[in-house]
Amino acid sequence: MTKLIFEKSVPGSNAFFLPPVDIPSVDLSATIPQDFLRQDELTLPDVSEVEVVRHFTELSHRSFGVDDGLYPLGSCTMKYNPKINEWAARLPGFASLHPYQPESTVQGALELMYNTDKMLCEITGMDRYTLQPAAGAHGEMTGVMIIKAYHQDRQDSKRTKMLVPDSAHGTNPATANVVGFEVVEIKSDEEGLVDLGDLRSKMNDEVAGLMLTNPNTLGLFETNIMEIAAIVHEGGGLLYYDGANLNGMIGVARPGDMGFDVVHLNLHKTFGTPHGGGGPGSGPVGVKSFLAPFLPVPLVEKKEEAYYFDYDRPQSLGRVKDFYGNFGVILKAYAYILALGGEGLRSACEHAVLNANYIRHHLRGVYHIPFDRICKHEFIASSQYQMEESHISTLDVAKRLIDYGYHPPTIYFPLIVKEAMMIEPTETESQARLDDFIKALKDIAREAQENSELIKTAPRTTPVNRLDEVGAARKPKVKWEAAQ
Amino acid sequence: MTYTPNPPSVSQAMLRSIGLASMEELFADVPADVILNQPLNIGEAHSEIALRRHLQEMANKNINVDQFPCFLGAGAYDHYIPAVVEQMLWRSEFYTAYTPYQPELSQGILQAIFEYQTLICNLTGMDVSNASLYDAGTALAEACHVACEASRRSKIVVAGTVNPQYTHVLTSYSISGNTEIVTVAAPDGTADLDRMLKEIDKQTAAVIIQQPNFYGHLEDNIKILEQAVHKQKGLLIMCVDPISLAVLKSPAEWGADIVVGEGQSLGNNLSFGGPYLGFMASTKKYIRKLPGRIVGETVDLEGRRAFVLTLQAREQHIRREQALSNICSNQALNALTASIYLCSIGARGLRAIANRCHQLAVYARDEFLNKGLSMKYELPFFREFAVKVDNPAQMNKMLLENGIIGGYELEDSLLLAFTEKRTRAEIDKLAALLGGYNHD
Repeated sequence: MTKLIFEKSVPGSNAFFLPPVDIPSVDLSATIPQDFLRQDELTLPDVSEVEVVRHFTELSHRSFGVDDGLYPLGSCTMKYNPKINEWAARLPGFASLHPYQPESTVQGALELMYNTDKMLCEITGMDRYTLQPAAGAHGEMTGVMIIKAYHQDRQDSKRTKMLVPDSAHGTNPATANVVGFEVVEIKSDEEGLVDLGDLRSKMNDEVAGLMLTNPNTLGLFETNIMEIAAIVHEGGGLLYYDGANLNGMIGVARPGDMGFDVVHLNLHKTFGTPHGGGGPGSGPVGVKSFLAPFLPVPLVEKKEEAYYFDYDRPQSLGRVKDFYGNFGVILKAYAYILALGGEGLRSACEHAVLNANYIRHHLRGVYHIPFDRICKHEFIASSQYQMEESHISTLDVAKRLIDYGYHPPTIYFPLIVKEAMMIEPTETESQARLDDFIKALKDIAREAQENSELIKTAPRTTPVNRLDEVGAARKPKVKWEAAQ
Repeated sequence: MTYTPNPPSVSQAMLRSIGLASMEELFADVPADVILNQPLNIGEAHSEIALRRHLQEMANKNINVDQFPCFLGAGAYDHYIPAVVEQMLWRSEFYTAYTPYQPELSQGILQAIFEYQTLICNLTGMDVSNASLYDAGTALAEACHVACEASRRSKIVVAGTVNPQYTHVLTSYSISGNTEIVTVAAPDGTADLDRMLKEIDKQTAAVIIQQPNFYGHLEDNIKILEQAVHKQKGLLIMCVDPISLAVLKSPAEWGADIVVGEGQSLGNNLSFGGPYLGFMASTKKYIRKLPGRIVGETVDLEGRRAFVLTLQAREQHIRREQALSNICSNQALNALTASIYLCSIGARGLRAIANRCHQLAVYARDEFLNKGLSMKYELPFFREFAVKVDNPAQMNKMLLENGIIGGYELEDSLLLAFTEKRTRAEIDKLAALLGGYNHD
C-alpha cells in the first residue's frame, strides 16, 4: 500500500529555506493587527526533498498515460503528445510571462495567439476565434452564451430552447441548462443519425439552436448535415458544432462549410496537447463573422506590425475566464499545427479513421457492432453477445483489458446503445499495436465462453482490484485526517 | 513532422485487409459538396529542427520576468518554483493520462488528487475540496451557482474590492438569467460596510468578499458581513490567496461557507495567464452541490485502501441537463503542481515565504514614503498595495526603459506586488525611479 504523503511526515525533515535579505526584520504581528492572523494550526506534510521525489514517482508508477500504451478512450482522442511541445511550453520566453506585462514585452506571445486564431479559422472554415475558454465544456458554454447574446441582441426573446441529440456528450445538455436554456432532445434514427422528422417537428420559433457533434458519438458522419443546417437556419436558429470529434474530419471537411455558426475545439484532443490527468485543456470558440461582435474580450489584433489586446468591443458578452485562456496549452497546439502542416493534418485524420475502421472490421462476429459501416475516428462495439451468452458485461470486458495492458475504451456511452464500448484508437497507433489490441479483445471474448470467472474478477494485475464505489459515495471521505 | 507510425506500405495493407483501395473511400459517406478539395492553407510541415528554431524565436520576442524584475500581481504572482516541482511534472504517466475514470489503473493520480483536496482543506480550514476548477474567476462563478441552488435565491452581493476581472466573469455568466450580480462600490480601499449591509436581504444568495482584496488590503468587516448574510440565510463566499493563508486567518475562522481562490501562486508558471487553477472548498453541508471532480477514499474487494472519483451523480456525464455544472476537464495537472509545491516547501517554508513577501512589501512602502511618495490607501496589507503616481502608464514605460516590469495600472496609482523573489536592490531601484518624479 502506498502511504499518503501526510503519513510520511517526519517533523523537521523539510529543509526548504530562503536566502538572507538585508532589510529590517518585521514581525508580522507588528504590522498586521492580531485579528487578521491565523490562529488555526497549518498542517502540511513535513518531508524531505528526496521523499517528495520518491512519493510522486511512486504515484506516477500507479498511473497510466498515452506513453504507457494504447488508450482507446472514445471521444477523448488520446493521441501521442509530441515532446517538442513540452519543451516549448517551458521556455522562459513563454512560461515566465506575467499576463499584465506591457504589450511591447509580449509581442511574441500575442503574435502566436493571433496566428493560432487565423490557423484555426482556416482549419474549420470559421471567421474569428476566441482562445479564452479553458476546456471543451467551457468552450461549449461560451458558444451557447454567444447564441444567447445573438438572439437577445435581435430582441428575439422567445427562443428559450436548445435542441440536443440523444447521442450527445453529457456536456451539451448540461451546458445548455447552465446557460439558461430548456433542453429538448432530438432522437437518433435507425441509422444512428439525427432523425430529420423529429428535428423538423421540434424546430420552431422558440428554439435558439441545435448543438451537434459531427462525426457524432457513434463515430458516424451526419450525412444529412446540409439539410439539418437548412432546417435549423430556416427556423431562425443557429447551428452549434461540438468539436470533440473533429479528429474524424480535420483536413477533409470543415464545419464552417457545413453551415455551423459556432464551433468549439478541444486543443487537448484534436491538436495533440496532453490531457494532464484531467486538464488543463483549451476550448477555443470560432464563429462566423456575424457573431464575432459577441466574442469575449479581449481579442488580439494587429496594427502596423504590432500586436495588441482589443478590449473595445461594445457587444462582447464579456469575459468568460481570467486573462486570455490557457496560453501554455494554446502554444502546444500552435506547435502541433505547424509541425504537421495542412497536408499532415489531413493525413493524421485519414490514419485515425483507418485505424478505427481496421479495429471495427476485425472485431466483426466477435463483438456486436450495432452500426457496422464505414465509421470515422471512432466506432461503437457492444458486449451484447457476451452478456447474452455468459453474463459478461462491458464493465467486465473493460476491466479485463486492463490485465492485457490497455486502458479501456469509453464504456456505457452513448446511452442509446446497450453495453456500449466506444473505441477511438487515434492515428498514432501502429498496425502492430492495433493487432495486439484486437487479439486481446478476441481473447477476452473466448475467455467469456471458457472461463468467465477470470473476467469477472479482473483486473488482477493492478495494485487494487475492483472498488466499493457505492460505499465511497454513501459515506464520502474526501480528505485525510490524522488518527485521533 | 508526422506522428503517425504507419508508413504508406502498412496503411495500404491495412486498407486492403478491410476491403478498401484508398484513403478516400474512408470518407465516401461525407457529402461531396462539403469535402475539401484542397489542402488547408496553413503551410508545409515543419521539421523538428525548424520548429524548434521558430518557437525559440517567438519566445525571444518576449521579455520574461527572469530578465526584468516584475512587480506585477493583481491575480498572478511571480513566486519561486522549486526545481523538484518542474522535474516531477515531466512524469508522462501524469501528463499524458486522461481523467481517472478507471480507478484500478489510476490509483496514483487519484491519490494525488485526494492529497490535493486534503492540502486545500488544511490551508482553508474547510471540510471538503473538489479536484480544481479553471481559475479563480470561474471558480467564483461556480460558487455563486452553488449558493443560488442551495438558497433557491439569485442575488449575489459582491464587494467592490473583489478583483474586477473576477466580477467581470460573474457578470458574463449572469447571461444565464440564474444570478443577479450586485457590485457594491468601495471607494476607500476596503468593502463599504454600510452599503453592503443595505444590500443584504432575504433575496441574497451570497456575499462575496476577497481577502486580501484586489488592492492588497485586509478586509476588516468580514465578521459583521458574515453575521449579516447568515442571519438572512445566505452564504458567505470568500476568495482567498493561498500563500497568505500561511499567516492570515483562514476562511473557516471567518465563517465562510464556500471558499475559492487562484492557485497559480502554488508552483505554477505565470505562463501569460494560464493554465492556472481555481480551487474550491466548502463546509460539509454543500458537498453534494460542489461542481467538478471529487475523489473519495474507499476499499477494494480485498479491503485495501483505494481512491475513486465519487459523488459522480452530481456531474454532467450522469445527470446531463440536470447537472449543476457542465464542467468536465478541470486543471488536474496544475492541481498536482500545487500539491508537489506545498509538499516541497512545507508549512515552515510557506510561512517563511508569506513573511518574506510581507517584509519586502513593508520595506518598499517605507522606501516609497521616504522618497515622498504616498499610498493610495493607508490600510494594512499583505504583499501588495497601490502607490500614487501622476501618470501610471508613463511610469510603467519609464520603469521598463530602466529594466523593470512595473505595476498594474489603476487610475491614479500603480498596484505593486512583492514576492520572495524580489531583492532589496530591486526595490531600492524601483523606489528611486518612482521617487525621482513629482507625484502631486
